[in-house]
Amino acid sequence: MAGQDCLAANDWICGEYVRSRAHELTAATVQHLWITAVSVALGLLLAFPLALVARRWKPAAGPVLAFTTILYTVPSLAMYSLLLPVFGVSASVVVTGLVLYSLTILVRNILAGLESVPEDAREAARGMGYGPLRLLFTVELPLALPAVMAGLRIATVSAVSLTTVGAIVGYGGLGNLIYTGMNSLFKAQVLTASVICVVMAVAADLLLLAVQRLLTPWTRHRGRARRLRPRAWRTAGTGKAAV
Amino acid sequence: MGAVSGAWTWLTTGAHWAGTDGVVHRLGEHLYLTVVCLVISCVLALPVALWLGHVGRGGALAVNLSNVGRAVPTFAVLVLLVLSPLGRYGQWPTVIALVLFAVPPVLTNAYVGMREVDRDVVESARGMGMTGGQLLWRVELPLAFPLIMTGVRTAAVQVVATATLAALPGGGGLGRVITAGFNRYDTAQVVAGALLVAVLALLVEAVFVAAQRFADPLRHRRRAERRVRRGRTAEAATAS
Repeated sequence: MAGQDCLAANDWICGEYVRSRAHELTAATVQHLWITAVSVALGLLLAFPLALVARRWKPAAGPVLAFTTILYTVPSLAMYSLLLPVFGVSASVVVTGLVLYSLTILVRNILAGLESVPEDAREAARGMGYGPLRLLFTVELPLALPAVMAGLRIATVSAVSLTTVGAIVGYGGLGNLIYTGMNSLFKAQVLTASVICVVMAVAADLLLLAVQRLLTPWTRHRGRARRLRPRAWRTAGTGKAAV
Repeated sequence: MGAVSGAWTWLTTGAHWAGTDGVVHRLGEHLYLTVVCLVISCVLALPVALWLGHVGRGGALAVNLSNVGRAVPTFAVLVLLVLSPLGRYGQWPTVIALVLFAVPPVLTNAYVGMREVDRDVVESARGMGMTGGQLLWRVELPLAFPLIMTGVRTAAVQVVATATLAALPGGGGLGRVITAGFNRYDTAQVVAGALLVAVLALLVEAVFVAAQRFADPLRHRRRAERRVRRGRTAEAATAS
């Protein structure tokens, strides 16, 4: 594998490609990162009020869940295509699509997390004179954190992989490189971009896991068995896999 | 909502339904892809998941697999396969990419379903002298059925939605309606294609929910339990 040869031979693995196109790869990675981060952050900001409304006002729960489930069946390719006339060719198309996808997972998991808070804990807090807001922020949300974080991890990992499809509007981060590589049959570009994408998803997942550990110190001393709680499963099973 | 009415006009034009680029043909391709991928995924994943769940090993593998599956972009896998020597074999890259995508939810849910079967029931069955095979078929499988089906249903809906990506490297399926509309700057056609896929995915979901109700080995038991519960809540409501 001498430097120039692998580009000429169109090998899958090519150090020369990585060296010569480093700036291109970096730019794509950065775009990928910010699209994913902005989308998930916005999704989280929107998911909280939606989940709280759905919990507070029971008639809204059904429609909210149904609406987010329907959103989920819209293929990413179609979602971006549908948003194109709304935003024109811009990153907003991809970000909006990803926000809508992450809403599904986040709303479900926030609801599940809040429902999993023991009634005794609520009663105790009320008895101590906690108002509804203080109860929410100091008792319910911390206890719901594991489920919320599970949802956040799924949403983030899915967003990393769904961003690639944004290549059809030219804002797919590393997906752009995969897309152009597909059309020009440039193997090294497709493989390198795909690998960076997977590494990014795994790194994001581990980072969020670390954050969850830091935020929930009280779960660390409960032994391993508790960590495989059945409830976490049911909420985690709905995640959309990579597309 | 001009886009929706445009899509409606597009959908109600008969010419768009006929021919090799027509909706009927693409829908057939899409369904064929979905069914083939789903069957292959179940054949691969279910025996493994049921066995692992039965012997109670490999939990970490079964769980982490679905996380890894989510992290790998199907689009990237598809393009990699198309560029690989397999790319010469028409549909195979799409089928393999979709199978890789569908196996994790099936496997993970089936495994969890098997592990969540009440340990006391399993112990009693063993105490009654059931063999491992009998235990699997008569006790664990019926009790794990709802979760197993949930996994298959999740995979089915996701495969329907994701199969649209096959159109990007030039494969078949309903995605072609979308990409063709995209290339022509025909918003109506893009919306129509998206609606077709979304409706198909929802239909698949509905069919699976109905099938699950119908095929659940414990459906009578569960229905009776629900009735008892409802009866109790009704009594409680009238009493208070």
